[in-house]
Formats: sequence, C-alpha cells, structure tokens
Amino acid sequence: MARKQKNINEHSAIRKRRVNHFFTYLYMVILAIIIIYPVLITVSSAFKAGNVQSFTLDFNSKWTLNNFHRLFAETLYGTWYKNTLVISFFTMLVQVCVITLAGYVYSRYRFIGKRFSLMFFVVIQMVPTMAALTAFYVMANLLGALDHYWFLTLIYIGGGIPMNTWLMKGYFDSVPYDLDESAKLDGAGNFRVFWQIVLPLVKPMIAVQSLWAFMGPFGDYIMAKFLLRSDEHLTVAVGLQQFITNARDQQVVLFAAGAILIALPISILFFYLQKYFTSGLLSGSTKG
Amino acid sequence: MTDPKVQDPKKARLLSIIPGLGQFYNQQILKGIIFLIGFIGFAIEFIVFGFQAIHDLITLGSQPVVDNSLFMMIEGTLQILVLVFAVILYIANIYDAGNIANQINLGKPASKTFMEMIKNIGDGGFPYLFSIPAYFLMLFIIVFPVLVTLFIAFSNYDFLHVPPAHLLHWVGFKNFTSLFFLSSYRKTFNAVFGWTIIWTLLATTLQLFIGIFTAVVANQDFIKFKRFFGVIFLLPWAIPAFISIMSFSNIFNDSAGAINVQVIPFFNKILPFLHMPLPSWKTDPNWTKVAIIMIQGWLGFPYIYVMVTGILQAIPNDLYEAATLDGATAIQKFSHITAPTIFTVAAPIFITQYTGNFNNFSMIYLFNDGGPGDVGGGAGGTDILISWIYKLTTGQSPQYSIAAAVTLLISVIVIGVSLIVFKRTGAFDLGDD
Repeated sequence: MARKQKNINEHSAIRKRRVNHFFTYLYMVILAIIIIYPVLITVSSAFKAGNVQSFTLDFNSKWTLNNFHRLFAETLYGTWYKNTLVISFFTMLVQVCVITLAGYVYSRYRFIGKRFSLMFFVVIQMVPTMAALTAFYVMANLLGALDHYWFLTLIYIGGGIPMNTWLMKGYFDSVPYDLDESAKLDGAGNFRVFWQIVLPLVKPMIAVQSLWAFMGPFGDYIMAKFLLRSDEHLTVAVGLQQFITNARDQQVVLFAAGAILIALPISILFFYLQKYFTSGLLSGSTKG
Repeated sequence: MTDPKVQDPKKARLLSIIPGLGQFYNQQILKGIIFLIGFIGFAIEFIVFGFQAIHDLITLGSQPVVDNSLFMMIEGTLQILVLVFAVILYIANIYDAGNIANQINLGKPASKTFMEMIKNIGDGGFPYLFSIPAYFLMLFIIVFPVLVTLFIAFSNYDFLHVPPAHLLHWVGFKNFTSLFFLSSYRKTFNAVFGWTIIWTLLATTLQLFIGIFTAVVANQDFIKFKRFFGVIFLLPWAIPAFISIMSFSNIFNDSAGAINVQVIPFFNKILPFLHMPLPSWKTDPNWTKVAIIMIQGWLGFPYIYVMVTGILQAIPNDLYEAATLDGATAIQKFSHITAPTIFTVAAPIFITQYTGNFNNFSMIYLFNDGGPGDVGGGAGGTDILISWIYKLTTGQSPQYSIAAAVTLLISVIVIGVSLIVFKRTGAFDLGDD
C-alpha cells in the first residue's frame, strides 16, 4: 500500500516536472521570438532593394547592399559618424583621466572632507543631466556654443563623472592595499605608488571605462538634439532620425542600414564588456 | 602649561581670523603669506567685481539693451560659487592653523621652507590634488547649470522677455503658482504629471516583472542552451535604446508597420475567432500609451534580468535544500528565500529604474514626438514632464522660466525619492569607516 502510494507520488512529481519543463521552454522561446522579431525586421530592411514603405519582416524581396552605398554617397551619414567619433574620443580621453585620479584617491586616502564629498557624489549622481537642460541651453546661447562640439563634449564628460568615479573607486578597492604599503616602505612616493604600482593593476577597468565612455555619445540623443543645429554638425543619433521623421518621405531602408552600422559595433562591445560592468554596477549600488 | 614653548591651537585659530596670522604664529611664514595674499586677492576680487555681480544678480539690471539680465544672472551665479570657495578656504585656513599648532605640540616640526611645503603638499595634499579635476568639472557642468536653472525658475524669462532687448525680473514663486493654479497651465500640468506618474509606475513595474520572472525561470538547473538564451535576452540592452525606439516607431506605424501589417493579421489567420482590430498606434493617444509601455518592458527588462540572475546565483544552495527538506513548495521557497533576497539587494537598482523612466525622454520623444493629440501648453497627449520641458524650451514661443520650474519639481521629486530609498536600504553606508 505504502509502496503504491510512493509510486503515485513519484509519477505525479515526474509529470509536474515535465509540465514545468514544457512551460519554462515555452516561455523562453516566446520571449526570444518577441526580442528577435523586431531586430530581424530592422536588419532585413537594411538589405531590401528599392524604397519600400512597409517596415515588416519579409525575405521575399531582393537583397542588396545598395542602401549602405546610398547612405554614404547621398546622405550626410558619413559626416555624422565622423562627428560622433570625434566627440566620443575626447569624451573618453578626458573622462577616463579624471575619474581614474579621483577614484584612486577615494579608494586609497583618508582626508578631511572625504565623507562629505562622497555624499556629494552620491547625491549629485541623482540629479539627472536633464535637470539643467534649460540652463545648458541658455549658457550655450550666451557662450555662442550652440552647434559647437566642445560644449556638448564637456556635458558628456561632466555627466558621467559621479557615477563612473564610484565604479572606479570600487575597482581600486579590489586591489590589495599591501602592495602600496610595501612600496611606500621601500621609499616610493605617492605619485610613484599610483603610477607604477596600482595603475598597471587596474588597466582592465580603465579599458572598460574607456570603451564605456566612448560608447556614451553614440547612445545619446537628447543633448545632441538640444545643442546641435546645422545638418552637417549632427551626431549619428540625431541624424538617423531625419530618415524617419518626415512622414511623406520616410527612408526606412536607409534608416535600417544606418542603424545597423551603429548597433553592430556597440552591441559587440557591449557583450565584450558586459561581465565587467554588471558586476561593477551591482557592487557599486549595494555597497555604495 | 609646563612647557613654555607650547603652541596654543586656540590662539592659532583666533589669529587666523585674519588669514595667515595663525600660520605666522606657527612660524610657517611662507604658508602664512600665501594665505594672506590669497585672502587679499579674494577681497580685491570682491570689491572690483564681485560686489557689483551680486548687486546685479539681485536687481537684474535697470536699463534694457544696456543691461543684459541673463549675463547678470550667470555672472552672479559664478560669483556665488567663488564666494563659497573663498569661505571654504577661509575655514580651511583657520582649521589648518589649529591643526599645525597641535602637530608642533606633538613634536612634528611644521614645514617652513618652500621645498618642505611642496613635499608636504605631495603627502597631505595629494588626495585633493587628484580629485580637483573631478570637482572642477562637476562644479561647472552639474552644479553651476543647476543653480542657473534654479534662478531662471524664479524669473520671468520667456519669449516675451528676451534679454538684452528686455529686462528680466524676479517673480518669486509665480511660475510655480501658475503651474498649480493658473487655469491654462494647471490643466496641462495635471494632465502631463498624471500621465508621467502612470507611465513611470506601469512601465517600470512591467520591466521589473518581466526581468525578475525571466531571471527566476531561466535560472533553473535543467535548462539547456543557457548561453544562447542569455545572449538573446541581453539584446535589447546591447542595442542602443534610441535605435530600438526608432525601429519600434516604424514597426508600430498604423498603415505600414509590422504590427498592423504582419503580426495582427497573422494571429487573426491562425485564431480566426479573435477578430483583432488594427489599433491606431500612432494616432490614438491611448494606443500610443499602450505601445510605449510595452516597448519599455522590452527595452528595460534585460538589465533587471542580469542583475537578478547575479543575485540568484549568489544565494547559497543549502538554503533551498534545507527548505525542500522541510517540505517547502516552490512558491514558498520563492516568497521566503528568493524574493526577499532580490528586493533587499536590488532595491536601489529598482528605484533608479523608476526615476529613470520618470525622465525617459527618448522613449516618449522618439516614438511619437510626445503625440498624438494636444493637452494644451504645447504638450502632446503622451508627453511626460521631461519632454514637455523640452517643448517649452525649444518651441515656437519658449517659456524658459516655466520649463525651469518644472525642471526643479522633477529634480526635487527624483532626488527626494532616491534619498529616502537609499537611506532606508543603507546605500549611504559608504563602507569606508
């Protein structure tokens, strides 16, 4: 009797597990389709011949690379891409230097005002860059900086400092303190400890932060839209939208081609960097 | 007072009320001179320039065309920053005098020569030296603009008052009271604010729900192709958001988009009893709202999914095994072990998601330009506060001061919510002492 009961229990447990397996895979497959479907539409549209109006997934139309050719020959896309690269490069250069220095100091030194200034970082990080939108506009107007890159670049640099200094500090924290202690005992000065002992050890994080800072301007739409004016000065994000805003003359295939040329490198970088910043973000937000 | 040579820190501090004197008392002549010169420099700056700048900030000028109120506002703000800096330096000077006196008492000689001082800065001043660039940039790119926004919010700066042709005036809380009480603005503000709240709650909760659910489901041991699914689930995060939103904007096109041309007809074909109508995603505000909430779920869940997966993998397996031995069901295990862990660890992340969507400009603006429809005051049917600010600032008849007032409200809300939550969850325990 007891044995039979046990058998039934096992049976129902197996059935339960099978049902669970089935719904688990069903959910994951449906979710995967929902994710891939829109991505595939954009990708396939980039290779469609002619100027189709519909934005759907169909593999019947002729495949061509003509859209990419047109993008560079007939539109300002190449210029926009170059503009964005320039802005990205300078954003990366300045931001990484600044946050590396600050992150090091916050990780390694105790000094008067440290607690207060760390607090300042946390609070200021909550202020959305957007909170100063009106002021940016007014300042840019007064300085004659509308449509100029230096102002936009400065905003990108400044906006990322609080958060990224945190991440940098977190990474410096993970480098053992004994190393700099013993170097100091050997008579190395502050600067030498930083430059020759600790800095080489955080190179991976610097690489990650550099790429991250570099990707920033590629992903931003708001500030660029707000501060850049003339067509040939736009960044890719703002320029790309021009292909689809004009309701009568939508160039969805050009948009799709342009989108791929941005999304592909960025996504590849993303997957390459993913493990660094997910762990960094998590520890950064839990430990502060 | 057994030792006659003892340095009295109180005396040193008192003397430093005139900067430098305390340092002279500590026999740090050079440092004293530097402090004194610095102080005199500030004094001169204030007499020559600062006093006028503060005065101008208060009056905002008296003659149109000759006086540019905006310049005055900005120069005044700069002067305030200079003043704050001077005060901090002044306090540091007093503090330093007392500090050095104490050090001398403890037998550490004070640095007197230039070389000694440089070395000292290299030691004690090193942290300051290294963090100055970060502060400098944050000051000018975050603090300063926020202050200017604050001032604009209390002025009457709009398309009718454009300096230098017109003077600006301080109007107190008029912009704020207009938002709440002036009929035309109140209507718009209520409509936009109401939708902003609904949007924030629904969209964020949706992405949290999908993210957590997916993480829990996809983290089961038996699943094969975990890496494959992992990469796909991350795609919406990997692709720049603005590209996805623009693509969705096309996909949801009423007449040519994939949803109405392909997806709904497909379901109507395989499930003929459904008779799904084709919604006007772009021309009916309610359908636009439905669309952007769904799209935000798509865009936002991977981040939550990754975070929660990380947390799940850190939960020790013994906990679950012990629970299983005690006869706990899967649901009990989730609600007593998994859920509490997730929410304690990730609460700050979840909150940043809410505040992020509260200010999610790209989603609203890029999908349908805040439209369709019109709720007055230049705002469209799906505009949230941040995109309304954008329209107020860049529209045909800019309302800078109202925009700044709304900006301030937004910032206060966002910072307030974050502070409360971060304080509660202990994210402020900075872990350094």
